[in-house]
Amino acid sequence: MSDHNHPTGIKRWLFTTNHKDIGTLYLWFAFTMFLLGGSFAMVIRAELFQPGMQLVDPLLFNTMTTMHGLIMVFGAVMPAFVGLANWQIPLMVGAPDMALPRMNNWSFWILPFAAILLLISSPSYGWTFYAPLSTEYAPKDTLAFFIFAVHLLGFSSIMGAINIIATILNMRAPGMTLMKMPLFVWTWLITAFLLIAVMPVLAGAVTMMLTDVYFGTSFFKASGGGDPVLFQHVFWFFGHPEVYIMILPAFGVVSQIIPTFARKKLFGYASMVYATAAIAFLSFIVWAHHMFTVGLPTAGELYFMYATVMIAVPTAVKVFNWTATMWRGSMTFETPMLWAIAFVFLFTIGGFTGLMLGIAPADFQYHDTYFVVAHFHYVLLTGSVFAIIAGVYYWLPKWTGHMYNEKLAKLHFWLSVIFANVLFFPQHFLGLAGMPRRVPDYSPMFADWNMISSIGGFVFGATQLLLLYIVITTIRGGAKATTQVWEGAEGLEWTVPSPAPYHTFEVAPQVK
Amino acid sequence: MSVIKTMKMLSSWLAAILLFGPAIALADYKLNMTPGVTEISHEVFNIHMLVLWIVTVVGVVVFAVMIYSIINHRKSKGAKAAHFHESTAVEVIWTVVPLVILVALAVPATKTILKMDNMKDSDINIKVTGSQWKWQYEYMDEAGLKFISNLAEASNKARALKSGIDPRTVENYLLDVDEPMYVPIGKKVRMLIASTDVIHSWWVPALGMKRDAIPGYIRQMWFRADEEGIYRGQCAELCGKDHGFMPIVVHVVSEAKYKDWVAAKKQLMAAGAGADDKTFSKEELLAKGQQLYNTTCAGCHGVEGVAAAPIFPNMKGSKIATGKLADHLAMVIHGSKKNPTMTAFGKQFNNLDLAAIITYERNAFGNNTGDVVQPATVKAAR
Repeated sequence: MSDHNHPTGIKRWLFTTNHKDIGTLYLWFAFTMFLLGGSFAMVIRAELFQPGMQLVDPLLFNTMTTMHGLIMVFGAVMPAFVGLANWQIPLMVGAPDMALPRMNNWSFWILPFAAILLLISSPSYGWTFYAPLSTEYAPKDTLAFFIFAVHLLGFSSIMGAINIIATILNMRAPGMTLMKMPLFVWTWLITAFLLIAVMPVLAGAVTMMLTDVYFGTSFFKASGGGDPVLFQHVFWFFGHPEVYIMILPAFGVVSQIIPTFARKKLFGYASMVYATAAIAFLSFIVWAHHMFTVGLPTAGELYFMYATVMIAVPTAVKVFNWTATMWRGSMTFETPMLWAIAFVFLFTIGGFTGLMLGIAPADFQYHDTYFVVAHFHYVLLTGSVFAIIAGVYYWLPKWTGHMYNEKLAKLHFWLSVIFANVLFFPQHFLGLAGMPRRVPDYSPMFADWNMISSIGGFVFGATQLLLLYIVITTIRGGAKATTQVWEGAEGLEWTVPSPAPYHTFEVAPQVK
Repeated sequence: MSVIKTMKMLSSWLAAILLFGPAIALADYKLNMTPGVTEISHEVFNIHMLVLWIVTVVGVVVFAVMIYSIINHRKSKGAKAAHFHESTAVEVIWTVVPLVILVALAVPATKTILKMDNMKDSDINIKVTGSQWKWQYEYMDEAGLKFISNLAEASNKARALKSGIDPRTVENYLLDVDEPMYVPIGKKVRMLIASTDVIHSWWVPALGMKRDAIPGYIRQMWFRADEEGIYRGQCAELCGKDHGFMPIVVHVVSEAKYKDWVAAKKQLMAAGAGADDKTFSKEELLAKGQQLYNTTCAGCHGVEGVAAAPIFPNMKGSKIATGKLADHLAMVIHGSKKNPTMTAFGKQFNNLDLAAIITYERNAFGNNTGDVVQPATVKAAR
């Protein structure tokens, strides 16, 4: 009896079907991957610290950039959001657990194996692994591991997405209509549909690579009548929705945090839902803006430019709504709020450069330069990752029953925010000045900004160890957290004790 | 002012400076895009600046509102939370206004795209083929004018891992080639862009355009340079280990100078091609072979014959370079079926060049086969 209610030891973690445990597993996995992917980034910034080749040969450098991207996207950001979803969605909708708890366990445990396969395969062809570089000009023996790893990652995501949709649509407490759900739940509902739609497309792309390399097909092989550009179309049909998969949950987290610390309801709830849906829909029809230099027909180039810049509209609506939530609120600036506000500022900057990139004629100068690298790190690091960290600080007291150390947390925040900008803002200049991406060395005219960027990287990277320390010490002890935790917090998760009991909402609450 | 307030104030100034900086520093090469030397590059620069100004203004306004709110609508100042949480009118306004701005942007952007895609009436047509890791130029209107452009030797030496050479002492480090491309000023140049292996991308910022080089396709782009000068660019699509080491150099010169250059180049090409029946001494072949080996083969097989990375085979003591000549010829001319990274160099070099490379490979690094390969032998083996 007690074994079922609160198992212990290795068996607990291997066989758990509890959404809180699985959420914890995802979050620790993601944090580990974040530090691993971050260490690859440190190698990159160390080599780029000065012009000339000092530390690694070009092939190893390409492996570092490739693995940094793959691990951050598939190993850190996506699993972290799934971890937040696992912990929070049942609590937020008043459900006892996820709809399919055993499948939930499998969704997680696939990941460590997928990660190991990915690391073994040592890819060096960019996280976008364009053919034919990845098919005909890469080591054949390790490509199979890479493809298998991508398939496994896809299975995990798809199963997780199914679970999330089933939970949200079927297990909401009585009285919780769709338009009464917390926005975090809405953003995950929509993200889950995106995942189900596009992960199979990625699976298709890598399967076509598999058959091209091992079974004599020519999907992407020009000499066999195939088309390397086809790879790009299929990849980016997945790839563009993928980046929205990585940002929509972030929008959800921030939409929970700002109202709490402004002590004011989220402005324009309905608009926020519609804007999220609009962004998700638009994300399917803009993919070729990653391919503006490929030689698209004029009509295609124009269409994709028009569709791409449209995404600025619902995104701007969201930024305005967060601002309006803050406006004439009664704000306090605990750590989660600091991260959420930093998100709004910095993600907006990333959004601006995204708009610039969407202007096709200008993109001919931006494409494949550090301007793009700066853009996506603003939306992914100071966007998605900052939102994840915000969510961790926000919900950590509920998960652990302890308050984290506010002074240390604020130190972590300021160091991270300042040095993330030192790291990435100069990269805009590098790109505009003409420095291409994915190069291990550069002309001395790019030296100054590279050195500054690298220093930013080293400090930012080291600072994340502080987060590790803060999380561990909070798990182990600290000021006792109340049930409410935050004065302005609203929602079902703030009605259960801190730490949340192993089983919650075994009886569904009534929602007014 | 409290610490937090000060920091927020400072960060808003910093944001303003950083956002305005690029705009103010107009043609400062290190901060902003180059306006370039073509009509297209100027249009691109202008639209870039237009969008940059728009986002800067929007950003400053939105951030100012947020900062004002952060400073004034805080509990510690006694602010009491208001209760409003929706307004259809406001939502409509801040949906429509951005939409209008975007439509306004689309107009000049469309005009420029249409201009870029107009390949008609070119004066000069140059085919550029990307290979791992060099560019080959072929002037389609000048018979026999074809050459390979590699990273310049000084850069190539300095970029070797732990070379000990300070890149700042190398002129135009990583942006210099042994054989630049020449074009006359004021003429419409249409580039035909292809690839022999993986996807590369041909990009010279000053010309305002980049275009991918995709195996199986011939892509086009055009430019008309309005200012004489030397313009440098780089490959802009990850193409393997030396993606960062295959630059582009374009000399824009007067018509007269261009004609002279074409004539001189054609003479050189003819001399090389006409060497098929000639006999060369071992020393001549070794000298030429060493130079070609160092620019073309050493990237993978090593300047000392020891491979740059474990996935490439050594040239020193290589079974092929010390074994049957026929096998060596086949490998160099036709490439490796198993490992396509070992390209079919027969397509890129003439018989004299290949004879020199093979002679060098068979005699250097202690291989010492004593073999001397003449162009005629290479020609027969094709």
